[in-house]
Formats: sequence, C-alpha cells, structure tokens
Amino acid sequence: MNWIEVGRLDDIPRLGSRVIATELGDIAVFRNAADEVFALRDRCPHRGGPLSQGIVHGRRVTCPLHNWVIELADGEAVAPDVGCAGTFEIREEAGLLYLALPAVSAPALPAAMED
Amino acid sequence: MTREKLVLIGNGMAGVRTLEELLKLAPDRYEITVFGAEPYGNYNRILLSPVLASEKTIDEIMLNDEQWYSDNGITLHKGRDVVEIDRVRRRVVAADGTTETYDRLILATGSDPFIIPVPGHDLDGVLSFRDIHDVDAMLAASREYRRAVVIGGGLLGLEAANGLLKQGMEVCVVHLLDTLMERQLDPVAAGLLQRELESRGFRFLMSRQTEAILGEERVTGVRFTDGSEIEADLVVMAVGIRPNITLAKAAGLHCERGVVVSDTLQTFDPRIYAVGECVQHRGQTYGLVAPLFEQAKVCANHLAEMGIARYAGSVTSTKLKVTGIDLFSAGDFNGDDSTEQMVFQDAARGVYKKLVIREGHVVGVVLYGDTIDGAWYFQLMRDATEIGDIREHLLFGQAHVGDSGHGDDKARVAAMPDSTEICGCNGVCKGEIVKAIAEKKLFTLEDVRAHTKASASCGSCTGLVEDLIATTLGGDYSQTPSRRPMCPCTEHTHDEVRTAIVEQGIRTMPELFEALAWKTPDGCHSCRPALNYYLLCAWPGEYQDDNQSRYINERAHGNIQKDGTYSVVPRIWGGITTPNELRAIADVADRYAVPTVKITGGQRIDLLGVKKEDLPRMWGDLSAAGFVSGHAYGKALRTVKTCVGSEWCRFGTQDSTGLGIQLEQMTWGSWTPHKFKMAVSGCPRNCAEATIKDLGVVCVDSGYELHIGGNGGVKVRATDFLCKVDTEAEVFEYTGAFMQLYREEARYLERTAPWVERVGLTHIKACLVEDAGQRKALHARFLESQRHAQHDPWKARAEGVDAHEFTPMHRIAG
Repeated sequence: MNWIEVGRLDDIPRLGSRVIATELGDIAVFRNAADEVFALRDRCPHRGGPLSQGIVHGRRVTCPLHNWVIELADGEAVAPDVGCAGTFEIREEAGLLYLALPAVSAPALPAAMED
Repeated sequence: MTREKLVLIGNGMAGVRTLEELLKLAPDRYEITVFGAEPYGNYNRILLSPVLASEKTIDEIMLNDEQWYSDNGITLHKGRDVVEIDRVRRRVVAADGTTETYDRLILATGSDPFIIPVPGHDLDGVLSFRDIHDVDAMLAASREYRRAVVIGGGLLGLEAANGLLKQGMEVCVVHLLDTLMERQLDPVAAGLLQRELESRGFRFLMSRQTEAILGEERVTGVRFTDGSEIEADLVVMAVGIRPNITLAKAAGLHCERGVVVSDTLQTFDPRIYAVGECVQHRGQTYGLVAPLFEQAKVCANHLAEMGIARYAGSVTSTKLKVTGIDLFSAGDFNGDDSTEQMVFQDAARGVYKKLVIREGHVVGVVLYGDTIDGAWYFQLMRDATEIGDIREHLLFGQAHVGDSGHGDDKARVAAMPDSTEICGCNGVCKGEIVKAIAEKKLFTLEDVRAHTKASASCGSCTGLVEDLIATTLGGDYSQTPSRRPMCPCTEHTHDEVRTAIVEQGIRTMPELFEALAWKTPDGCHSCRPALNYYLLCAWPGEYQDDNQSRYINERAHGNIQKDGTYSVVPRIWGGITTPNELRAIADVADRYAVPTVKITGGQRIDLLGVKKEDLPRMWGDLSAAGFVSGHAYGKALRTVKTCVGSEWCRFGTQDSTGLGIQLEQMTWGSWTPHKFKMAVSGCPRNCAEATIKDLGVVCVDSGYELHIGGNGGVKVRATDFLCKVDTEAEVFEYTGAFMQLYREEARYLERTAPWVERVGLTHIKACLVEDAGQRKALHARFLESQRHAQHDPWKARAEGVDAHEFTPMHRIAG
C-alpha cells in the first residue's frame, strides 16, 4: 500500500472538503462534524458531479448537481439511487492526513468526465 | 436507564401511526406493548371499499405485518380485548387475563358501526361495513344470494352498495332523508350523484325509515315505518359510526360523544392519551384518515417529550371511492346567513361547483363532475387566503387565476401515460411513482421523495407528484397535510422554525438544533441552507454566516455548470455599461480563456466555463476594473432590467434607466428566500417586461405603477398590481418594504409568486399600502440589513477569504 501524506486535518473546514488533484482525476477528502475523514472519488456516480462541492451532513454528502446523497464511508448512493463513487483509504495521525493509493474499491478513474 | 412502558390499546390506523411517528422521534424511549382486538396486523381501513369491489386484495391493504412489530421490539397481543384500565395501579387487563402495566397509555379504540336497534337487527345476513370480517361476510353472501339492501345513503353506504353491485348483486340503497350524502353534499350535487348512480344500476328508496328487519333465522326483507316492505337476502347497515368509549368511560375518563382530549391528545388523566375515531377534540369527532394522522403526529411528539406540537383540529375533505365518480366536498358547504355562494352549473356536462364564502374567505366547497380544482380550493380554505383579488375568476379554477405552481395539472396528470417523465432531475416516470405509492403504502410527499427520488431535487415537479399521490390514494385521504415539516430532520414547519428563531432569540445553528430537537446532528442539504438564511434574516450584522451550509454556488460566488466549471456574471447596473467596461470584460475573458461569453436574459454578460481555481484571480481583475458580483448564483437580488425610458425613447414617460440603476444600487447584495428580480419599464408598452418580475415598476405620465409577484420561470405568472405612487422616493420605500416582507415571511425556496398566492394579495396590501407605519418599519429594517450585506463577496475572495475553497489541498503527480 502506497501511503502519501496529503495535508493536515485543519486544512479541511468542518463539514467541508478539499480536493487532492491526481493525474487520474480528483479525489475529494471530507471532514464531518465529528472530525471523521473520508476520501472518495470526486465524481458522483450519477452524472459525474463534483462531490467535493456538495453539502456534508452526518456521514453523507449531497451532490451539488442533482442532490444525490452519497455515503461517505463506502461511497454508495443512498436509496432509491444506486451507484458507488468509490472510496480510498485515508487516515489521520497527529493531525496529518495520509491517503492510500491506488484505489481500494474504486473502479479505474477515467481521464476525463464523460458528459 | 430503564425504559418507560407504553401501552397502546387498539391496533388500528391511528394507534399504529402514532407508534410509527414516535419511533421516528424517540426510538428507544419506551418499551411498547400493543393490544388489538382483531386477529390481524395493521391494515388500511380506508381501502376496504376497493377490497369489497374486488379492485384490491386484503394483502394489498396491509400496512404493518407482524414482522414490523418484532423488528421494532413491540409486543403485540393480537386478538386480545382489553376489558379494564386500572388507573390506580396503572395497568390494563385483557379478557383472557393478560395484564400489562404502563407508564403511559394510548387509547385508540376507534369506533363501532351504529346498528339501528330495530327488531331483527341480529338476524343472520345483517351486517355492518367496518372491518375485514364484514367484507369477508359480504363477499361470501354475494356468492350465494342475490338481493342486497344497504341502509344508509352516506359515504360508507354508497361505497358498500357499489362493492355489492360489482359482486353481481341487486342493490337497493335505503336512506332516511330525501338527499344522499347530506353530510358532504348539498341537494343539487346529491341529485346529480343519485342520477349518475341510478344509471349504473343502483336502486334507491329515499325518505324511508326502517321499522324492522324481517325473517326467522336469516333476513328475508326490510319493513319501513310507512308500512312498505322490500325483499332482501343481505342487509348492510351503514348509518354511521359511534366512538368506542366503553373502556374509557369505565376507567372514569371524561367522555362526551368521544373521549375528550386536549390539544396534546391527552385525556382527563394526563398519563393517558387518546387518538383516532374514539376521540372528541374541541367538540369534534373525526371519521376520516387525515385527521387521525395529524393527531398521531402531535401525540407522538408529546410522548417523545418534545412538547412543541399542538393539534388544532382538522379541516377535512371528502371524495367518494366509487370509480369514475368525481365528487369533492369540504368545509361548510351549505353555508348560512353569514355566507355567500358562488355557483356554476352545467347540466349537460353534469358539472356542478359551489363555493361558500365568508368574509372574503372560502369556507366550503362542493364539486361534482369536475374536481380538478378541489385541492386548490381546499388549500385556499386551509391557508385562509383572502380571495378578494381572484374572486371573479375563482369559480373557473386555478388555471384562470394565473398560476406559478402546477394547480391545473391534475387532470393532465391523471391522463398521462405511465411513461411520462414527472421528475426531470431524476428521470422518474409517472408509472414508477404510482407503483411506489401503491406498493409501499406511501402517504406523504416526503415518503415519495425518499422512495422514488421524484421531486427531491429542484422541486419544480412537486405539484405534479402531489397530484399523483392524491389521484393514486383517492378515497377520503386528504392529500397533503398543510402542516409539512421542513425536511426529515425535524417535525417543524418552516414557519414554526422562523417563529422560534425570533421568539426564542436563537442565534446559531447548534442552538437551534438543540432547542428544536433536530433529529440529525447537523441537519441535511435541505434544511441547513434554509436555517442559515433564516438566522441571517433575523439577525443581520450579528449572525455569522455558515459557509458550509450554503449551496456551492453561494459558497463559491459563481454558478456551477454541468461539467464542474463555473460561470461568472459581473453586475451591470440597470443594464447600462460603457466601452471601457466592455473592454475590461473582454480582457478578462481572454486572460482566463473563457470559452463562452453570453448576454443573459437579464441584460448582463455571462462568462462561462471558468475553472474554479481561476475564480479568485479573475474576480480580482474584475474588481480592479470596477465590477462587483452580479449574484447570478444566489438566492438574492439578481438584476434590475430596464428599457431606455424618457432619455431616448419617444414614448418613455420617466427615466426608467436611472430609476433601475438606483433600485439596483439600493437592493444589491440582499439575500432573499429565493432569487429576486426586478424591472422598470418607461411606459405601459413595458419593454423591460416588468409584469413578469418579482417586483416591476411601470412608469406612467402621472407616476409609477408597482406590480408584484410575477414570474417568468417554470410557470409564467403575470404580476398583481400593488398600487400606484407619485415619486421615485416612494418607489424605493415600497420596494424595500416589499423585499423585506418577502424576506421575513416567505419560506426558503418559495418565490414571490407562490408566496403572494399563498398569503393573498390582500395581506400584502394590508402590510404595505394600508399601513404606512409598517411599510416604513419594513423599509428601515431592509436598509439596516443592507448595511451589512452590501459587501462584494468577490473582492473579499480575491483578497484571500476562504482561499482553501478554491485550491486543491494537495497534488499527486504520476
């Protein structure tokens, strides 16, 4: 597993997110009210909306394009929608964030958005 | 912590609904036990008529199977009749000796069918129409016998008769009075109904009082007080229901016609609640399902010790569940000396409409043959909308009144094929929605949103979805409770939350979640932006705006586009620009390789396709050239559109361009419940299209006409005329006051058009035109709020505010 230091917890606002730019596409890193951190492919399974730009609530994020709600823990869309954004392992140590690449459960990242 | 014990007596719709609501609010608070006299789980009693008519099966109308009870840790004693409530020892005892103690108790004992105590009422073949057992017995009788007599020409009687007719029996309906459904219909509508039913094979004996049921063991006929007789193999008594209060009375609870309850659904003994048909509240008893559900909500709220909700009684409406008969009635449809009536009748089409009006409000409705506008009239009734301004078109329906919603779509919805797309955002078709409502037993808009996603995104199809719920559920279910919570995070309505913020002095979102017992730790994408706005509106200058509760457009001060890029719209005051400004915009477009430059519908220039990372620098450049944000992304003041006015136009009567610029300078930066657009036209030729704006000014020779509540959006709505003023100063005062009234009173995401229709133009005139003091106060509050709002968000971001928002946290190469 390739763990990469990507920044500090405090770089992400509570109930907000930041983006990690990779050559394979953006990865969204979220921080919820309880300071839990999640990393998802920054692409809604619906029409590729940037999840990092959505509103974070509980352990979920709502896509800014069409309000699909995505579980932060596993990237799955909340019913009745079906789809998965794909997640990455991320962990916090002493205020620093480490991201594991390649993807644990995500399909290969497409180079460009399809729409 | 040991859980308190809650016992429910009565396993019907009202009681179980209360438990469902309670489990949503406080799932772990009580150890719950249910006693039900019937040997089934919980079923939807309002759908018994379709079962009798073979349009549904019993399995299709079950609401909660036994699995549900065990899944929720509820002990169900089915088929056990409670015979005693011992209030001293706080326990209930069933006929078989089963005993349970309680800390709190809910009585939901429902009602019993009234059986006329005439000789022969206990013969074989005499039934009531109340439960599955009755329906089974009727279905069995229909296979063996031919002649059915239904005593009672009310709602239930006609539905029973329809079912028996469908089973191939000869049916005669006997009614005490000379008109049918006298509790729901006036004589004219009742006459139309009777004729229609007769043409379908119903027979009627009107004005007949039953004296005896004839027969030795099984019924053979019915004799009336006038001496006449009729043969019968089956008699169904459907003359009404009586609240079942035997148990409550024996326990010493105060009862009149029903168990008397307070606005929190508590009986004389505060540990004991009562809901449903057994209840008498403010003198009323209810036999329809919508009030029961409203009671259940309030009762659950009190049991969960949230203690906010109050039941204030229900306004109910009725429809007949006889397929193909369009009939709707609500409220005081007969009227009295203090009311006036509006009547429309078209005998050839079989259409009859009557509205009962009291002091400028609709208080009663009867519709026959054309019920498309039933829901709309009902809404006018419940919202107590002043109808003065729409009076002349009222009878012709919502489609003729100008409409920003979907009120005229009901018939269209019913006629749509299943493949029609209802929700464009989520691609949900009519068939899917109807199927979900029927199969998953959905009753509310929230349910439908949760299960199908329809109307869960932009919301413009909400009206259509509500119509689908109404047409699919049919029956006497009152479509949409008027008291609709903001979102699934809370039981409270938008209005309640706004009131609480002001009255309880709530100043932050965590405080609000605490005070109003929010069900989620930090709300959701639906309530948080609304709460952020409400707090901002209530405490301008004081409330700390919560960026993470703003939709991305407002957070980044640009419009997110489908590919994740943004568009940028600089403010162009009143639509007037200069060569230098145009050059500056062109330079910025070049510098940031903007792929599309477009003139918007609001006389501005849209720079589309900007990368988020470029936004701050681009705004910095625009700021340097003198531009401020156009707020084209926000629930905020957008544009003030103008024509060229008296400066250039040969028809212009006033300086509409100058006035537009000043209006925009006064109002820019203001956050509003939804986007807010204005226009100023220099003459009645109205080139700026001021009469489809939230606020429009039409200049005339003698002054300025003010128009409000227009909308060029999903549904076009022309403005209502507010008033005429003489000076520009008055235009400013009225504009500020109108915007502030809208800011303070409308629900989040409610545009001015539906807001004006909901509260009524009369209300708005009363606040703005008739009450100069209130108008000045509103205007002053608007200006105060503007003192804190008129800062260019672009400039601040260009200078580094929220810089994290625009740059990646990290880049990983390779």
